[in-house]
Amino acid sequence: MLSVQNLHAAVEGKEILKGLSLEVPAGEVHAIMGPNGAGKSTLSYVLTGREGYEVTEGSATLDGEDLLALEPNERAAKGVFLSFQYPLEIPGVPALTFIRTALNAQRKARGEPEVSAPEFLKLVRAKAAELKIDFDMLKRALNVGFSGGEKKRMEILQMAVLSPRFLILDETDSGLDIDALRTVADGVNALRAPDRGMLVITHYQRLLDYIKPDRVHVLSAGRIVASGGPELALELEREGYDKYARAA
Amino acid sequence: MSLALALKTRDVSDLPGKRHEDWRWTDLRGLIRVLPEPSAPASGDLRAGPFDALAGRVLTIANGRDEQVLSVGPGETAAVALRIVGRGDGAHAAGVRIDVAEGGRLTLLESYEGEGGYVAQTSLAIQLAAGASAERIVLAEEGPDAVSVSHAEVRLAPGASFAQTALVSGARRQRIETRVAHPGGHAALRLDGVYLLADKRHADLTTVVTHEGLDGATEQLTKGVVRDQARGVFQGRIVVAEGADRTDARMGHHALILSDRAEVDAKPELEIYADDVSCAHGNTVGALDEDALFYARQRGMPEADARALLTEAFIGEVIDRIAHEGAREIVRAWAAERLRA
Repeated sequence: MLSVQNLHAAVEGKEILKGLSLEVPAGEVHAIMGPNGAGKSTLSYVLTGREGYEVTEGSATLDGEDLLALEPNERAAKGVFLSFQYPLEIPGVPALTFIRTALNAQRKARGEPEVSAPEFLKLVRAKAAELKIDFDMLKRALNVGFSGGEKKRMEILQMAVLSPRFLILDETDSGLDIDALRTVADGVNALRAPDRGMLVITHYQRLLDYIKPDRVHVLSAGRIVASGGPELALELEREGYDKYARAA
Repeated sequence: MSLALALKTRDVSDLPGKRHEDWRWTDLRGLIRVLPEPSAPASGDLRAGPFDALAGRVLTIANGRDEQVLSVGPGETAAVALRIVGRGDGAHAAGVRIDVAEGGRLTLLESYEGEGGYVAQTSLAIQLAAGASAERIVLAEEGPDAVSVSHAEVRLAPGASFAQTALVSGARRQRIETRVAHPGGHAALRLDGVYLLADKRHADLTTVVTHEGLDGATEQLTKGVVRDQARGVFQGRIVVAEGADRTDARMGHHALILSDRAEVDAKPELEIYADDVSCAHGNTVGALDEDALFYARQRGMPEADARALLTEAFIGEVIDRIAHEGAREIVRAWAAERLRA
């Protein structure tokens, strides 16, 4: 599914990713853990094509297709979804309008027909109920005045409606209390599927109690320095990142 | 010193220009070296106006005319389309007097429609009696070579209510100026504007509100989007005269500049001579939020669509304030077309 080889990337001339390699097969959930400044967010932005993140070497493919050659919206249409650490506020655009515009743009790019308004509303209503999102909230401008937890639930709602093939969750646990974390994790777990891959980026182990990873990778100074099973996350929680910071 | 005067005297030294504080960003003196000959009567098909379908009456003034009068009787409700049409390269002026009697309600659907390099002045005198209300929606869509100035003097009686939304796409020089004498006495005033400018167009939205008595309220929101080498001008002055206590006035002006060579000049001014007032103004000029743009693109929207969605939403806040539903949807569609062009 996702294959990253020897990826080097720079921001404003400063190299942040220094030869990162990673394989996430379909059906698996991989966690990336690492100290602040290791390049976790940079990885999520490079994979989604944010401007200002310059790839200097290496490759990233999804099912063999070169992601790095595509525009951000083309990558989205191929099924790459990023749940933002800090979801943006979109003044003046009701959440329903935003999500429907996004869904139809993706469908158009894939040569699929648009979703009709009643079909769309039915879909959103069902997903919103699962995520305990008040439907009236979706009539408000997206994320404007929403709490941290509400914004994260909105990310998961968009994920559920857009039904991407590959999910990147960037620090999805930050700013969530334990109930919100559970709701969000349930939403993510509901999306686990044999043909879908996930990359869960997190600083803390806590999130991985709720979203159980198949593999855990340690990112330090721009490279994956260790990989293992779920037990690696527990070890990091116990012993911290020091050992890996030195190894890097 | 005004375009109206210069058109009468045919003397360019009567044109307002840089030396006049209120005209320094809309310099007609420096622009017009020779006043064109008076316009011939407009000939040919004037086509339909943008608001004809919504109006019970359509008043068309093409290439100027003597003063026209529009009256709304006591308690009467009227929707009138006022079309100011310019054709050719001449100079012309028109005047319109609008009186709304006690308890009358007017929806004034005013459009500026033009083709050619004309120089045009339109003067409106709008008077609202006690308890009268009017909503004025101005849609100015003129050619790139026109010079067009619209000047409205609005007088409100206590208890009257006046709401205005002016939407413009600019011209060689285009100015919509509105001056309101606000008597206080719980009269309500809303003065909104939208400018959507491309190419080398210029538009100037100027308002002056003078609060003359107790308990007056004014609300103003103007938003603009400029790109290419266009230039937007917003001048908003609110004067609260001595004794006009308990005035509540709010003014906002926010502009998006979408290219390096576009320009916005803004001058919000509050002049307060009374003690007990609540006045606020906010002014921002900036680029489209790149983070929001990336967010929308990450969700699948192509860049042009994402930009259009975000700019339409930006302008939508002003359009949503229009009370007349039919007019609101017409100008919303007009704005969407302009922003996606």
